[in-house]
Amino acid sequence: MGNTPAISPFVIFLASMLTSNMVLVNFLGMCSFISVSKEFKTASGLGKAVALVMVFTTVFNWIIYHFVVVPLGLEYLRYLIFIIVIAATVQIIEMAMDRYLPDLHMKLGIFLPLITVNCAILGISLFMVIRNYGFLQSVLFGLGSGLGWWLAISALAAIREQMAGNELPRGLDGPAITFIITGIMALAFVGFSGIFVVM
Amino acid sequence: MSVFLTVLSLSALATILAAVVVAADYKLNNYGICAIDINNGTRVLEVNGGSSLLTSLSSQKVFIPSACGGKATCGLCKVTLVESAGPVLPTEEPFLSGPERDAGVRLACQLKVKHDLKILIPEELFNIKQYRTRVRRITDLTHDIKEFEFELLEPGSIDFKAGQYVQVDSKPYDKVPEPVSRAYSIASLPSEKNKVELIIRLVPGGACTTFMHNHVQEGDEITFAGPFGEFYLREGGDELIFIAGGSGLAPIRSLILDILEKKLDKKMKFFFGAVRKRDLYYVDFFRELAARHPNFTYIPALSGAVPEDAWDGEEGLITDVVARHVEDAVGKQAYLCGSPGMINACLQVLGKIGFEKKSIFYDEF
Repeated sequence: MGNTPAISPFVIFLASMLTSNMVLVNFLGMCSFISVSKEFKTASGLGKAVALVMVFTTVFNWIIYHFVVVPLGLEYLRYLIFIIVIAATVQIIEMAMDRYLPDLHMKLGIFLPLITVNCAILGISLFMVIRNYGFLQSVLFGLGSGLGWWLAISALAAIREQMAGNELPRGLDGPAITFIITGIMALAFVGFSGIFVVM
Repeated sequence: MSVFLTVLSLSALATILAAVVVAADYKLNNYGICAIDINNGTRVLEVNGGSSLLTSLSSQKVFIPSACGGKATCGLCKVTLVESAGPVLPTEEPFLSGPERDAGVRLACQLKVKHDLKILIPEELFNIKQYRTRVRRITDLTHDIKEFEFELLEPGSIDFKAGQYVQVDSKPYDKVPEPVSRAYSIASLPSEKNKVELIIRLVPGGACTTFMHNHVQEGDEITFAGPFGEFYLREGGDELIFIAGGSGLAPIRSLILDILEKKLDKKMKFFFGAVRKRDLYYVDFFRELAARHPNFTYIPALSGAVPEDAWDGEEGLITDVVARHVEDAVGKQAYLCGSPGMINACLQVLGKIGFEKKSIFYDEF
């Protein structure tokens, strides 16, 4: 906490959304990215749920890491601890959503159990520790990564919907062409890095 | 020392998180007492909200049919909601037709009770009870089919229509830690009110059939709920065609015995399809029945007889045998029970013979 690197939280937010996009640059959370991107509506729902869970788990994991794990000298256990915190957070968010926001639960609730095991979520918490982010930086990092993941899966689903009727060579249908699209999208996202040189 | 600290702190953290989740469950999943109004005030139940409608109703001894036990795979537990209780869930969609959705039909196993509900259920479901029984007799019918006779203990008698089924509850055993309930048709007569006979084929890997075959002994206590089902004798039809395969014989046996006992003026033909002679059962029983009753004909058929079976009866697929023996559909009704494959094949053949959809009744498993 003491020697926080002087990166503005806003830059972290933009960078995590675009130039170091979780899925297109770090290739985390690929399984659901590939499998749940057939329809725009579902993909967008999952994207929003991921963004929501990323923010909440980053907040809880930051607090638990800095106020429990570090004082007890248990840093080497952070993988285990982060995972159980994520699992509990997702459970509680689902219950709260079902109670207070039933409409939202209808749209996102069915995705929540899938998210517990999404590696992008664990990735955020681990990066936040490795990069030594402060609280505000971590929260914006989580939010930016979440929105970036949503942007990426929505874009992929939109492309796949457009391509739905197209004839493809045998063997390229389904996941294969999806990986190719993902690769091209990743090139485009890496292109964003030029913007920050100017900034 | 550090090992100890690691284990301790990890367990403590997990315990605290578990406690938080349990507390959240208690607080967030607690919807207080909800009133469920059934059939416009015929009965009003007060239940603790937060569970599915199916569980809430069965906790109050109102049993809605459900073959899958609440996993949204059988689609049997349909109830009609007088007032909407929120949108249809994605898990329910495959089971509800357009008109059903418009009428407010939902799956009771997927609908969570969060506030007062007004529902409509078929009147006869009130007749459904949970029965405590003792297994009086287990008989091997074939290498994989057993007959179970249950003596009813509490309540001591059952009212059902021939052709209906009960849902037997298994108990935890071996690697199946949860009780499951599965539907089995009643093979005995409705007039024998103190007992129920079921015919159960051992399904490889089946949770309930394995329990019944390998873990139940004569004298054991078993519970089941019932009677359920829409498969019973309908008005009309001077001649009845019965077609069954495997343990599908059970409801057909009950129907035939019921009709003979009531001396109804109907001609009956019973086709029973099996692969080999070792898959046939109750042959002498039905032959003797046919000898005593001129209006009843029994036609067992083998589709894969081998020379050692020394079979001199009908041979071929049951559909071909039916086509050979039933010329037209005039004044006839057909009742089928068996696997979905057998039923579909029979529906096609009966359609070709001239049977209308409304004179064919079936129960598939």
